[in-house]
Amino acid sequence: MRQTLRSAFKRTTPQLLILAVVLLLNFLVFPDFFSIKFQHGRLFGNLIDVLNRGAPTALLCIGMTLVIATRGIDLSVGAVMAIAGAVAASLVVDGHGWGTALIGALAVGCLCGLWNGVLVAVLRIQPIVATLVLMVAGRGIAQLITEGTILTFVNPGLIQLGAGTVVGIPTPILIWLALGLAVTAVVRRTALGMLIEAIGINEGSSRLAGINSRVLLVCVYLISGFCAALAGVIVAADIKGADANNAGLWLELDAILAVVIGGNSLLGGRFSIIASLLGALIIQSVNSVILLSGMPPEFNLVIKALIIIAILVIQSPTVKHALYIIRASAQPIVPPETPKELKESTQ
Amino acid sequence: MKLKALLIASVMALAPAASMAGNMTVGFSQIGSESGWRAAETTVTKQEAENRGINLKFADAQQKQENQIKAIRSFIAQGVDAILLAPVVATGWDEVLEEAKDAEIPVLLLDRTVDAPKDLYMTAVTSDLVHEGNVAGQWLVDAMNGKPCNIVELQGTTGSSPAIDRKKGFAEAIAGHDNLKIIRSQTGDFTRSQGKVVMESFLKAEDGGKNICALYAHNDDMAVGAIQAIKEAGLKPGEDIKIVAIDSVPDMHLAIAHGEANATIELTPNMAGPAFDALEAYLKDGTVPPKWIQTESRLYTAKDDNMAIYEKKKNLGY
Repeated sequence: MRQTLRSAFKRTTPQLLILAVVLLLNFLVFPDFFSIKFQHGRLFGNLIDVLNRGAPTALLCIGMTLVIATRGIDLSVGAVMAIAGAVAASLVVDGHGWGTALIGALAVGCLCGLWNGVLVAVLRIQPIVATLVLMVAGRGIAQLITEGTILTFVNPGLIQLGAGTVVGIPTPILIWLALGLAVTAVVRRTALGMLIEAIGINEGSSRLAGINSRVLLVCVYLISGFCAALAGVIVAADIKGADANNAGLWLELDAILAVVIGGNSLLGGRFSIIASLLGALIIQSVNSVILLSGMPPEFNLVIKALIIIAILVIQSPTVKHALYIIRASAQPIVPPETPKELKESTQ
Repeated sequence: MKLKALLIASVMALAPAASMAGNMTVGFSQIGSESGWRAAETTVTKQEAENRGINLKFADAQQKQENQIKAIRSFIAQGVDAILLAPVVATGWDEVLEEAKDAEIPVLLLDRTVDAPKDLYMTAVTSDLVHEGNVAGQWLVDAMNGKPCNIVELQGTTGSSPAIDRKKGFAEAIAGHDNLKIIRSQTGDFTRSQGKVVMESFLKAEDGGKNICALYAHNDDMAVGAIQAIKEAGLKPGEDIKIVAIDSVPDMHLAIAHGEANATIELTPNMAGPAFDALEAYLKDGTVPPKWIQTESRLYTAKDDNMAIYEKKKNLGY
């Protein structure tokens, strides 16, 4: 156990370092960034906001990490969020309880995942094309459910899921933490994670080795749909309304980015859900820097792009290798005293 | 000879009847239903046509210009009396408008204008976005009455013309009033959820919101999201932080009725009403309307019966 903890820490060191740097940036633009108060029955502070607002991306990237580990991609998650939110909202508006609404939305999410999974695993359509279908059509389906309006609701149980708190902690934080830990435990305490990696590295050989890749692939897309539906319910509950046009818009790209910042290869294979979740927090912290800096909104995307390019460049294999070479070659030739002497002699 | 006279007489008898509004057929090419406001515009246009006894042929273009061009061509082929067009983009209309002109069918633009020679269309019915911002700013100037006030602004989608113009109009209205100062301005993308997220960060950055006296949002949806953020921070929206926004959507009227917001400026979905008025006047005695008909940007505050407006508007499709 201690061994796995240590290796997990080693795996996520770059992400933890980057997160620390981005949080420090936050602190520099807004010195009160780390202060957390307890007021009006809830924890109140910027750090809590990062955890809370990162929830949709964090939930999406749990499923997305597994999909990408099988060398796939799921572009439909943003649209599935919109569908799930619309389903949950229309169910409570029709007078059902919040439990029914939640279960209904999650079931629809799983159905969407199943659709993607069948297209990819059974009909062998390339994942990027297969999931594009639902990405385009999904928002239309959500619009049909809400009849083109922002469907608002007042059900306190459903609102609790997005805007409420449990012992002072915003509910979305608890939801993504719990789901992240649960999925990590399931794939890492069993052979499931290894089997998923095997499919991503070489599906043909893994099938010859006796892995039922078809069922596993369908399951992976199903989990992605489930995560997206949960994210969709949270987003709708947060604003007490299902906004079919805007809920989860472009969030699939943030989720993919979180997985990539988490150091997972888009070519499939080894993966770390914890690193992806840290990636999601990094993205949210970058958003927070932008909001707190008070810069005009014209700069938002430029700043975000610059920070993310920096993160990706630092993580790129070429730069890593170059850094390693510099460190390895610098040590024996230049002893630590030399620069000091040089400095003194020149003065 | 007798037959000819009879024919002429009957044509003359029919001609005024055909030009009377009662038997008028009008084609309407709508962009789509990308927003609640757009859906409301469609509903109101259909209602206006029905009330006036106009036979309205409706075509939804699903955000595509080629669909709109197709729709206009089919209206021309059907020989409608006039065409209403809500153009999805500004350019590329010259050819099809030329065809309408050759067929002597007047074209009236709704809500947006086009980059085409002005003789190709009869008139454009739009709101003045700068003026809307102006009305919002003027309301705050009057409401504050010289008291110092720190304003936060939720902008629309960066670079979009409503965001640019509503920002400009508001800034013009508060210029010269040194008591009013915009301390933070950020985009909320015209959506409820971004409005809430950005307002949360404003509240944290400005001493838990104690430093903020008013919020100006470029649309009501962002304001509705921000109201929730203000409540969650333990402040009273409408009292601790004054709220003014633009659009006049039903949920904003509900918020004003509950004392959680203060004012909204209407972007009327009834663009077709003034267009039909202009058209009827033109067909009756040839009155040529001005090239631009500006719709009223009406200010609604707590003084109005917001519950009644909410009830009236909630079924329009917002």
